[in-house]
Amino acid sequence: MTTSNPIGTPSHPHPGAAAALDRYRRSARWKPLEYLFWCLPVLAYFAFPGNYLLLSQIAITSLFALSLDLIFGYAGIISLGHAAFFGVGAYTVGLLGSNGYGDPLLGLVLAAAAAAALGFLSSFLLLRGSDLSRLMVTLGVALMLYELANKFTSVTGGVDGMPGVEIKPILGLFDFDMFGRVGYVYSVIVLFVLFWFARRLVHSPFGQSLRGIRMNALRMPALGVPVNRRLVTVYTIGAGYAGVAGALLAQTNAFVSLDVLSFQRSADLLLILILGGAGHLYGGLLGAIVFVIANYLLSDMNPQYWQFWLGLILVLVVLFARGGILGTARLWIESSRQRAQSRARTESPS
Amino acid sequence: MTILFDGIAAGMLLFLISVGLSVTLGLMNFVNLAHGAFAMLGGYACVVLLNDYGVPFLATLPAAILVPALAGIVLERTLYRRLYAASDLDQVLFSIGLVFMSVAAAHYFFGAQQQPLHLPEFLSGQIHLPGVDIGVYRLFLIAAGLAVAVLLQWSVIRTSFGARLRAAVDNQRVARGMGIDVNRVFSLTFALGSALAGLGGALGVEMLGLDPEFPVKYMVYFLIVVSVGGSGNILGSLYAAILLGVADVAGKYYVPQIGAFIIYAVMVATLIFRPHGLFGRPHK
Repeated sequence: MTTSNPIGTPSHPHPGAAAALDRYRRSARWKPLEYLFWCLPVLAYFAFPGNYLLLSQIAITSLFALSLDLIFGYAGIISLGHAAFFGVGAYTVGLLGSNGYGDPLLGLVLAAAAAAALGFLSSFLLLRGSDLSRLMVTLGVALMLYELANKFTSVTGGVDGMPGVEIKPILGLFDFDMFGRVGYVYSVIVLFVLFWFARRLVHSPFGQSLRGIRMNALRMPALGVPVNRRLVTVYTIGAGYAGVAGALLAQTNAFVSLDVLSFQRSADLLLILILGGAGHLYGGLLGAIVFVIANYLLSDMNPQYWQFWLGLILVLVVLFARGGILGTARLWIESSRQRAQSRARTESPS
Repeated sequence: MTILFDGIAAGMLLFLISVGLSVTLGLMNFVNLAHGAFAMLGGYACVVLLNDYGVPFLATLPAAILVPALAGIVLERTLYRRLYAASDLDQVLFSIGLVFMSVAAAHYFFGAQQQPLHLPEFLSGQIHLPGVDIGVYRLFLIAAGLAVAVLLQWSVIRTSFGARLRAAVDNQRVARGMGIDVNRVFSLTFALGSALAGLGGALGVEMLGLDPEFPVKYMVYFLIVVSVGGSGNILGSLYAAILLGVADVAGKYYVPQIGAFIIYAVMVATLIFRPHGLFGRPHK
């Protein structure tokens, strides 16, 4: 594992190091399957013209899952309160919109900044302590925000939500229509840009050091990696991403209500990421697609049974498919490849 | 004074429910967020017997203890056991899954409404003393809480089962080598934790209410009690629960605008400055 770390490898005389560096560079390149994946939203645009609202919900949930993947899948920080940042982003846009500053891009930037600021501040609470106390602290922060939003009804509208959020056309050109067509295109573009940046990030030395921290936090300081600073940075970025996701939701719906901060949202998000497979970037996106569509189909039948299936999926994933969709698929591919190799090896001498 | 008294009673109730969690989380190191689901099961057992079959309130309590205990044993044998060695995250996800399923199941069987509970004559009413109004039921709660605390502390420290449990937790392999049936000890302990939850749930219907959202609504409170009290520490949980109860009741009475905010803030602060709880000691 040590040779796959790029730090200092170019000058390293070790023969495996060059190969490792090469492999590392190749892993950062876009693969055909990824190009294919990003054709999906374009295809969906033409294939399901009546479902833009559902589609943009998928895009927003994907972005939200991506933000958690950065801090959980890569840096290994467990969070049960990620909705806090989502909510801050949504309320930022809501406040701006109801005070006449409805420009969408300005809203995105400010929402990201507000959520990132909160993430930066609360990240210091997470540097110490075990997984369990991180879990409780993130949960506690999210609950505090929920209570604040619940009680300061004059600002947030409380349980009834914040009406009269006015969102102006994007760049002054594209007005949000009631079928969600513009909203969908807008969400997908934002998702893609942020995904592209996240992909660059995790394939950079910075991203590699995050993986190192997740695997062995005691060893990384010895390699010269400032662990705490890295964790604070990635938590801030993840929070900013979540803020953007919340902002997108508020803009496409032109409405903000208390449920953007709810515990259910944090728990659902964790489920999405675990279902898709954490630490792959695409895991969250796949999980979001499956989750939102399943939610749409199942809760049509009965919203209360939906929660039952949700719980069942969680239990089954934990017991039988720890890597989620992507992790399990990768295991299958690898084991079948190994089987093929061992078969070839036993056949070749004969 | 009345507020203080009500706070102590609320704290006792919290203690009754969360001490079960303190046992499973603290002694067995299992992050069981589904603890509230067992409490809810106890509550429903009590309410159903009381309202549909006319069983007197006190006579329903054994059922409220037994039903969750049995459910606990079955779940422990089939599911929980597989996850003892798993990471905290897996345990959390697994138990959140159980919570969701239990909420949906409660919706299905009992409907979304609050369950009514009629206390018997001798437990309702108030005693008026100069300066204090004492609800009889609250007095009863305090007595029950103290009884459970004493019994539990005694059984963990003094009985041979308690000794075996502590041995199994401290070093499983050696405990097995000494001929302790660790699996059985864990099963029984888990059943004990669930039974305590059920008892707390049944006693709490009066004060906390009972509806399908119960496990989610109060999950955080139980976790706070355990984390502030120091996990596995029965007396610590008692102090923390009383503190929390008084703070909650007083906070809601004096500064209702802030509501539950104070409690969450206290929890976060405690976890930052005393990661092992106010009364806890670091794990070996």
